[in-house]
Amino acid sequence: MRVKLSLLLTICLGLPLGPGSVHASEEGVEGTAKADKLDACVAPTPFMRRNHFELILHQRDVTVHQGIRKTDNSLSGCVDCHVRKDAAGNHVAIDAPGEFCAACHEYTGATLDCFTCHATTPAGN
Amino acid sequence: MSQPTDKRRRTFLAGAAGATVATVAPGMVLQSIATAKPRDTAVTDKARYGMLIDTTKCADGCNDCVTACEKENGLDLLSKPEGASDEQWDMQRPRWIRTVGLRNNLTGRVTRLPMMCQHCEKPPCVDVCPTGASFQRADGLALVDRHTCIGCRYCMMACPYNARSFIHESIEIKSTAVPRGKGCVESCTLCVHRLDQGGTTTACQDACPHNAIVFGDLNDPNSEVSKAMAKQPTVQIRDDLNLNTGVRYTDV
Repeated sequence: MRVKLSLLLTICLGLPLGPGSVHASEEGVEGTAKADKLDACVAPTPFMRRNHFELILHQRDVTVHQGIRKTDNSLSGCVDCHVRKDAAGNHVAIDAPGEFCAACHEYTGATLDCFTCHATTPAGN
Repeated sequence: MSQPTDKRRRTFLAGAAGATVATVAPGMVLQSIATAKPRDTAVTDKARYGMLIDTTKCADGCNDCVTACEKENGLDLLSKPEGASDEQWDMQRPRWIRTVGLRNNLTGRVTRLPMMCQHCEKPPCVDVCPTGASFQRADGLALVDRHTCIGCRYCMMACPYNARSFIHESIEIKSTAVPRGKGCVESCTLCVHRLDQGGTTTACQDACPHNAIVFGDLNDPNSEVSKAMAKQPTVQIRDDLNLNTGVRYTDV
C-alpha cells in the first residue's frame, strides 16, 4: 500500500521521493549542443577522435605560459560547444555519465582528469 | 608567427584601442600604443606588470580589495570542509590578498597594507620548485602551472611574503576563468585572465574606494603606475632580499 501511495505521489505531483533529483543528474537532450548543428569540430571528426588531447594539451601550455587564449583548441571552447542541455534548458555537466566527454572515456576506461579543476558547464558549475 | 604580421596587428590595435598620437613639431610624432595584448599573441618581456599601493590612502578596517579578489578569483566559492574546526579553516583557507599591519617597534606607528604575491623579478618560489610548475611569465608575473604542480609546497616555504595558498580539499564549484584543484598551490595572478583578454585593471584596483592601488606596466614610463612611482618615494617590502618586487608601497 505504501509503495502504491508513493508511486501515486510521484506520478501526480512529479515529486521524486528518493535523493539525486538535482539538475546534474538530468540527462542531456539530443541536439541541444552547439556542436550538433555543425558538420565538424575544429578539425575533421576522425582526427579529433584520435588526437583531441594533443590539441588540448598544446593549448594548455601556450595558455598558461604564453597567455594565448584563443578558444578554438581550448578546453572551455570544447565545453561551450559540446555541452548539452536538459529538458528544462539547463546545461548538463559534460563529464556526467553518458554526456559528451564521459561517454567515450567511460567506455574506453581512460580516466578524465580535466574536470577535477575545470568547469563542466560554460558558466562554471 | 612571422614578424610582419605581428607588426601589422600592433598597428591595427593601436588604432582600435584609440591610441594617442600627438604631433609636437613638424615631422615629429609622439605615439603611445596600448599595452593590452590580443588573445592570440604570446606575452613578451616588453611589459612588466606591477602595482603601487599607497598605504596612506588604505583605510583602517576596509577590506574591499580582499572581497573583490575573492569574488573575481572564485575564492568565495570555497567552503569549510566537513569536520574542520573554524580555527583550522581560518589558518588554511586560500587567500590571495591579506590585509596586514606593520608596526614600527621604535615609534609604535602601525601601517596597514594589502599583502599579496609581490611578483618578484627573481622569485624564490620559482627557484625552489622541483617540477617547474612555479614559473615566471615573460611579462613578469609569477604564476603556478597547476598542471605540473605536485603540491610539495616548497614555494610556500620559500616565499618571504606568505603569499601562497594550498588547496586542501576537492573543489565542488568550479570557475571557468580561474580553475583550481585539490593538491595545488596558488597565489595572486594580477588577474592574468583579465590581462590576457585585453584588460588593463585588476579586481582589487577596481574595488578600492580610496584609489590606493594603481596597476600597470612598470616598463612604460607613461603608464599610470610609472607616473605615480616617479612622483613619490616608494619601497619594496623586504628590499634587503634584492628580489626587485613588482608590487611596491608608499609610506611604509
